[in-house]
Amino acid sequence: MVPISWYLVLSAILFVMGAAGFVFKRNIITVFMSIELMLNAVNLSFVAFSYLLRSVHAQVFVFFVMVVAAAEAAVGLAIIIRVYRNRQSLNVDDIDLMKF
Amino acid sequence: MEATPNLWIIPLLPLAGAAINGFFGPREHKSSGQLPVASGQHGHTAGHGHEGSHDLPARGFVHSVAIGSVALAFLYAVYLFFTVTFEHPIVERVGTWIIAGKFDAGFSFYLDPLSMIMTLVVSGVGMLIHIYSAGYMAHEGGYYRYFCYLNLFTFFMLTLVLAGNYLLLFVGWEGVGLCSYLLIGFWFKKKSASDAGKKAFLVNRIGDFGFILALILMFGVAGSLDFEKVFAAVGRLGVEPVAGVLTAICLLLLVGATGKSAQIPLYVWLPDAMEGPTPVSALIHAATMVTAGVYMTARSALLFERAPVALSTVAVVGCLTALFAASIGLVQNDIKRVLAYSTVSQLGYMFLGCGVAAFSAGIFHLMTHAFFKALLFLGSGSVIHAMAGQQDMRHMGGLKSKISITYWTFFIGCLAIAGVPPFAGFFSKDEILWKAYSGGHTTLWGLGMLTAAMTAFYMFRLFFMTFHGEHRSEEASDAHESPPSMTGVLVTLAVLSIIGGLVGIPHAWGGENRIEKFLEPAFGVHETGLTPVALTEHVADVGTERLFSLWAVLAGIAGITLAWFLYVARPRLTEELAQSFSRIHKTLLNKYYVDEIYQTLIVNPLVSVSRSLLWQVVDVGVIDGAANGLAGSARGFGGWARRLQSGHIRSYATWVLLGAVFVLFFMGVLWAK
Repeated sequence: MVPISWYLVLSAILFVMGAAGFVFKRNIITVFMSIELMLNAVNLSFVAFSYLLRSVHAQVFVFFVMVVAAAEAAVGLAIIIRVYRNRQSLNVDDIDLMKF
Repeated sequence: MEATPNLWIIPLLPLAGAAINGFFGPREHKSSGQLPVASGQHGHTAGHGHEGSHDLPARGFVHSVAIGSVALAFLYAVYLFFTVTFEHPIVERVGTWIIAGKFDAGFSFYLDPLSMIMTLVVSGVGMLIHIYSAGYMAHEGGYYRYFCYLNLFTFFMLTLVLAGNYLLLFVGWEGVGLCSYLLIGFWFKKKSASDAGKKAFLVNRIGDFGFILALILMFGVAGSLDFEKVFAAVGRLGVEPVAGVLTAICLLLLVGATGKSAQIPLYVWLPDAMEGPTPVSALIHAATMVTAGVYMTARSALLFERAPVALSTVAVVGCLTALFAASIGLVQNDIKRVLAYSTVSQLGYMFLGCGVAAFSAGIFHLMTHAFFKALLFLGSGSVIHAMAGQQDMRHMGGLKSKISITYWTFFIGCLAIAGVPPFAGFFSKDEILWKAYSGGHTTLWGLGMLTAAMTAFYMFRLFFMTFHGEHRSEEASDAHESPPSMTGVLVTLAVLSIIGGLVGIPHAWGGENRIEKFLEPAFGVHETGLTPVALTEHVADVGTERLFSLWAVLAGIAGITLAWFLYVARPRLTEELAQSFSRIHKTLLNKYYVDEIYQTLIVNPLVSVSRSLLWQVVDVGVIDGAANGLAGSARGFGGWARRLQSGHIRSYATWVLLGAVFVLFFMGVLWAK
């Protein structure tokens, strides 16, 4: 059996990659994908613990996260399309009107 | 307990009138298709101009509501007078107002002979003056506003006299002060009128401050402000030989009374209050509101009787005010100012009466004074109306034949105030003077006699200057009589001034002094066994009492004769006298420079301290400084913090990440422990 720590390490690596992509990437679609990556990294650790503890509670959370992620993807992609049509750009640094 | 007579109806009726006129009056103006005439713009134009006549139906509605509400209140008061037995005071609690710990003040009303007389006088004279106003103000703008204020005043005054505890009395007290302010400044576009309103309000604040302190002390002593509880608590205390807490309460009440009833040292607002419309002067500044202090003193008779120091202070203040104001009245030339000083002087008499523990005499004089002084003021209003706004007596003269109804009624009023029997003023003034003498206050009696002579003199000086001699101006020769709504009221009041004194014919003259007997439940012998002077001396010496009345009448007649001699027989002599006693004359003409003295000693230091210390240092430095400093530091912090909102998603993400790391780190540290 694969020890729990392996799953957690993998989950942490995926989460850090997502966070790094979120912070450093400029393309808005990549940023969006990084968010999905972070969510799924968390899902991975949930499932791992669920298996370890023989409990379905964690899996309920996973389904919630997946549903929210799906909804978020729908809304987020729609917003991205509108932004692109308005500004002909996918660079997040160009989209900075909401400030003081 | 007998069925309560629904006392709350009485004050509520004028309040309803005020509400109707206040809310719907402006609409009435508009419905006539004309804008309301800007008040004050025309100043005092009674008798001139017809700018108001276009909206007569609306005005009819306004004054019908106003007069009707007061008339109903008066009729209900009369009904109560004949149906209620006055053996015990009736206390009626309509609702709870304030409950806080031990403190409990309700909307309670209190009916005893004293408040009955006050209610009758206030609503009765008030009704007559409302009727008079309908004629007097017919050509003025702001008609609905005027009647709204007048009704509101009647509401507060009735609340004052019917209140069942000192706090509700204080509500009425402040309310009439407010209405007084509003009505003095009725022609608010005139600077002097709005200034006079402010002066009246501010001077009254000083008195009210004393009143509030008295109420707090009273609550400390009695644990309640309800009349019956206060009286019961005070009744258990004995007479204070030296000054004590009761004396303090009474002196503070006196401070309040000097403010409202225009006694030394707070009388200065009343003469200026003559800037208001004349019916207002008659109602508020002669017949009713200014007597509130006398009413309050009489209401607190039980307290004052146990504080002899305070009681004699009341007598001295009253007597000095009577003399002082009468002496100023001797030389004034404005017809209303003479009457104003006369009012101050007569109020002094009432305080003198209360101060020698002859409370029923004081209230008797209050009642007769309400009749004849309202008559005199309304008569002067009729004169001013006839003279197209002229108030200076030097421009009048010879009005006798022009306005004969006013002339004759005014003559009756003058006789009444001068104390000529059998007019109303004779009995009440004589009663006070006799009580002062028989109570052992010979000096006060002497000063009172002197004042009586001076009163007769200045009233007949006014009378002769106004109505006799030659016309001294064009207005005087063009004078015309007032409309029937005004003269009718004058005649009614003249009748009351003739017969009003008959309810108090003393035993010495074969009367029964019914008013004193009626008031006995309110002031009678109290359970302490203390016998007020008022009750002891009656049988004492009928001959002496008659003799003293005779002297008082002689003093009055001497004053009248002197006035006749100086202003009818030898008109030249007055100027020579004024010349040869120029210093005295000038001092009197300038009212002893009291206004100037107050200005220098109190107002100016107060203004300069306020300006240099309170404004420049405390307000600008401390208060504004603290507020501005707080705002400045908030702005500085905000200026720094708003840079965080750069609009760059990636910087937000960094902050979120850092925050998460920070939280995780702390959780790790805490768990590590």
